[in-house]
Amino acid sequence: MNRSFVLRNPSILVFLALLAFFTLAVTALSEGFGVALISTSFVKTLGKTLCLALVAVAMDLVWGYCGILSLGHFAFFGLGGYMIGMWLMYERTRGIVEASLAEAPIPPTPQEVVDAIGNQIFGVVGSSEFPLVWAFADSLVLQLLLVVILPGLLALVFGWLAFRSRVTGVYLSILTQAMTLALSLYLFQNDSGLRGNNGLSGLQNLPGLDAVPQAVVSIWFLWASALALGLGYLLAAWLVSGKFGSVVRGIRDNEARVRFLGYSVESYKLVIFTLTAMIAGIAGALYYPQAGIINPAEIAPIASIYLAVWVAIGGRGRLYGAVIGAVFVSLVSTWFTGGQAPDVNLGFYTVKWVDWWLIVLGLSFVLVTLFAPKGIGGLFDLIAARRGPDRHGDDLGPDQGSLREKEAVE
Amino acid sequence: MSIRSRIVALPACLLLGLTLVCAALVPAPGQAQDTAAGPIQSVLQAHRALIEKSSRKTVGEAIDAITGSGLPQAQSVLESWQAKEMWQRETDGYFFRGREIDRDTVQLYDFDSGADLGPVPDDDLKQLKPNSGVRGLIGAALVRFQLTDPDPEKRRAALDAIARDAEASHLDAIAASIAGETDAAIKAAKERTLRLLTIRFSDVENERLAAIRSFKGDLGVDARAALNPLLATKVLFSPEPPVGNIAHQVSPGGAELSVAEAHAMMVTAGATPALPGAAERKATLIAHIDGGKVGGVPIGQLDTQAARDRAYAALAEAGVVAPFTPGQTEADAVASGRFWAVYDEPSAAITDAAAETLAAISTTVGVNQALDLTLDALSLASIYFLAAIGLAITFGVMGVINMAHGEFIMMGAYTGYVIQQIVPDYTLSILLAIPVAFAVTFAAGVAMERLVIRWLYHRPLETLLATFGISIALQQLAKNIFGTQARPLTAPAWLDGAWALNDVVGISYIRIAIFVLALVFLAIYLWIMNRTRLGLETRAVTQNPKMAGSMGINPDRVNMLTFGLGSGIAGIAGVAIGLFAKVTSELGQDYIVQSFMTVVVGGVGNVWGTLAGATLIGFLQKGIEWLNPSNTLAAQTYMIIFIIIFIQFRPRGIIALKGRAAGD
Repeated sequence: MNRSFVLRNPSILVFLALLAFFTLAVTALSEGFGVALISTSFVKTLGKTLCLALVAVAMDLVWGYCGILSLGHFAFFGLGGYMIGMWLMYERTRGIVEASLAEAPIPPTPQEVVDAIGNQIFGVVGSSEFPLVWAFADSLVLQLLLVVILPGLLALVFGWLAFRSRVTGVYLSILTQAMTLALSLYLFQNDSGLRGNNGLSGLQNLPGLDAVPQAVVSIWFLWASALALGLGYLLAAWLVSGKFGSVVRGIRDNEARVRFLGYSVESYKLVIFTLTAMIAGIAGALYYPQAGIINPAEIAPIASIYLAVWVAIGGRGRLYGAVIGAVFVSLVSTWFTGGQAPDVNLGFYTVKWVDWWLIVLGLSFVLVTLFAPKGIGGLFDLIAARRGPDRHGDDLGPDQGSLREKEAVE
Repeated sequence: MSIRSRIVALPACLLLGLTLVCAALVPAPGQAQDTAAGPIQSVLQAHRALIEKSSRKTVGEAIDAITGSGLPQAQSVLESWQAKEMWQRETDGYFFRGREIDRDTVQLYDFDSGADLGPVPDDDLKQLKPNSGVRGLIGAALVRFQLTDPDPEKRRAALDAIARDAEASHLDAIAASIAGETDAAIKAAKERTLRLLTIRFSDVENERLAAIRSFKGDLGVDARAALNPLLATKVLFSPEPPVGNIAHQVSPGGAELSVAEAHAMMVTAGATPALPGAAERKATLIAHIDGGKVGGVPIGQLDTQAARDRAYAALAEAGVVAPFTPGQTEADAVASGRFWAVYDEPSAAITDAAAETLAAISTTVGVNQALDLTLDALSLASIYFLAAIGLAITFGVMGVINMAHGEFIMMGAYTGYVIQQIVPDYTLSILLAIPVAFAVTFAAGVAMERLVIRWLYHRPLETLLATFGISIALQQLAKNIFGTQARPLTAPAWLDGAWALNDVVGISYIRIAIFVLALVFLAIYLWIMNRTRLGLETRAVTQNPKMAGSMGINPDRVNMLTFGLGSGIAGIAGVAIGLFAKVTSELGQDYIVQSFMTVVVGGVGNVWGTLAGATLIGFLQKGIEWLNPSNTLAAQTYMIIFIIIFIQFRPRGIIALKGRAAGD
């Protein structure tokens, strides 16, 4: 027990080394800092993928380790994006408004500046007043805090309500999905104060940094995303390696037994749920400035289900599995849906991947669930020569991944 | 010059001569009547100039003369005129009814005798083409004739025309026509229209009062449309109560009168000085910039309101602008003023009666609106029930989360669409679509159960994900086959239209059909579950598969059939939903969350729970929409939040299973 947790989990070092190598390699090949082999837009895609990997790590914590299939984590991701988007949009609009008001015969009062910003931002939804939710939009620090606090608070309230009434399993999944749907429908309204289905746009322009080309900004965000992913991964790995992690896994495998052992199951679940929501918020806050636009469609329940798909394909219950799943599926999706994949001519029919990719994804997802419950991450077990017990289709014990006593001893 | 003009004039002369010769040679029909114009022709000739140059402003006199002549032919004259079938002979200016046979020939009829004057070349004739304004006036005059027309349809049409565009002149026409009316329904309609017109146009106050009072509790939109204008008010500023029919005193700041409007009124009346707004004062400051300073304050410092006020005060002191106290607001200024709402209608008795009648009407309307809302909510509930009942079987009874349930609904709707492409008769195709949709989705459900779900019975969360994979694959497949645009699933003609109890309560026949369908499904479900071998076996397998197996039931087969049944019902629901919603590949997706909500709220494993859940959600959604009708998105948001809170208090739904079947 004297060994530090990093030594006990060598995969962490491998992962961090790979992440660092990847980041440096992309930087060296980028337009902004290197030999310009990789286009800026692809650097942004890679940076966004790192953010998706981070939210997948959060999803793995809550689903793969705690057994809560949350269909709401992409809502937290979107909320984080909205929070940072508000500041970006406010400050950038202020820059534009101040530049145009500077040409007026007499200088503007602060109130006039705020009114003009409101007019600019909310003109599309037929309003010019700042709603209450924008109260802190002029302060970067407060909005950055909100990136963490708002998803955390929502998860705390929702989780407390759900866990205390012992809603578990598929019911909880449906309930989280309903929460996500409610949030996205709410944001779709024009009078929700966040510009309805127009969403927030122009987020790729950093206020006050107009002179810096996007090629450079994209690398900054790549670094920030890589740093966040690295730290998030470390935090998650540290959490699940200690006693806390054991209890959380116990909850996944047999909730009632852990409760009878005297642990406060609800508190553990609530901590995991809230913490992962915060991580998702941070990931979103890094993702949307790279995407440039956020609108309520991003929060729709389907996005959260895709998140679960990534984690399942990558391999639940292992953090690097979540990262692999998110990176692999989102990059392959980009490749297929971006029209880069060559069409397959079958003679009687030409398979256009843009049309058929979702079908392939859906079916491969069924196949992974049926035949490879461990996902891509399970391949690493082959390398480590760690085999799961072959039970010839019987139940897998208390819960799926766990070993029975006899097997564990072997 | 002169030679040239002569050459030009020659053909013209020839032409003129020819025409004259022609006119002389061809005996113009009706020429015999030149000397003795019939009575109606005389009337027309008397107003010839007005009819020729008909304009909305002047033609009234001519129309009145025709109607007032009391001649039986007046109606046909007006009708021909309105229908652009009146022709004028240019030589003598006589008018005829004419029908164009071809480009050059017109069949003419005499107005007075109705005699056929035969086809005539149109060289000498001019068609009268009254503009729409004039045609409207003619139409109004015609109403008098139409109201007494022997054909009941025409009388009805005339009443409708009056209801759309009433005029004071119709009042007498209707009153005169009631006595001779034989059709009871039309008579009632005429009397009702008469009362409405009396309210609007009569000069006799007692008649109006009686008419107004007669509408107490009446639900017609037309009654409210006639009564509401009586209560129209306008707001006046006056220190003393103004002359006129005063409704009440108004305080500024409400919906009736904003502070700004009130202030503007006081300023117009000269009771208070104008208050220049911030923008106006800024404009004044800009106008008085003098060498980089305004009122002694450098421009650079004018970026606060306080500095601007100082500069403005300095300007005021210098006498350049009117003085202004920064702290003064419009609200302070209007506080001293008195404002009155005065009825446009001068008679207090009328306005009182109208207010009283409207209050009575609004009570009745409220009751009926509640009834209408209940019908709407029932209809929505039956839609949710239809969408959810299949899920109640697969999720509620078997505990299998089927995210592709929505896609089965979509599949059913598309099946209906395909069948309509093959069988063009709508009634037949819908009747055919229901069993075929059931068969298609039943097969799909059985295939899915065999291939995927039965391997995952012990891993419910993974069922959710696997079926979600199938769901996105099916959705994309539908998109690839049918495209992204919406496909129509047309209801048969006998389902068109709506059943209207009165002007407030109404429901479309499609919704009634869906309601009936939902009841039928409830009955079928209860029958299968409680009265058939399959139902018995399903219940046994649900409670304890191993025990059921030892009793000789094959759980695999039962699960397969049960799942197929649930999917098949989803297919039929798809046909029903497709009838009123657009059939797209996202059709199912729109219902899936609501369907799960219905099952969860109602209580799993019990169809009565599903029914209760659907009813609760349907009524709740309509209720919230009624509170905030402009915003259905918000209604859905609040409904979901309500459900999340509801689950807190009844985690197992409205009707919870007890005992062993409850599992856990």
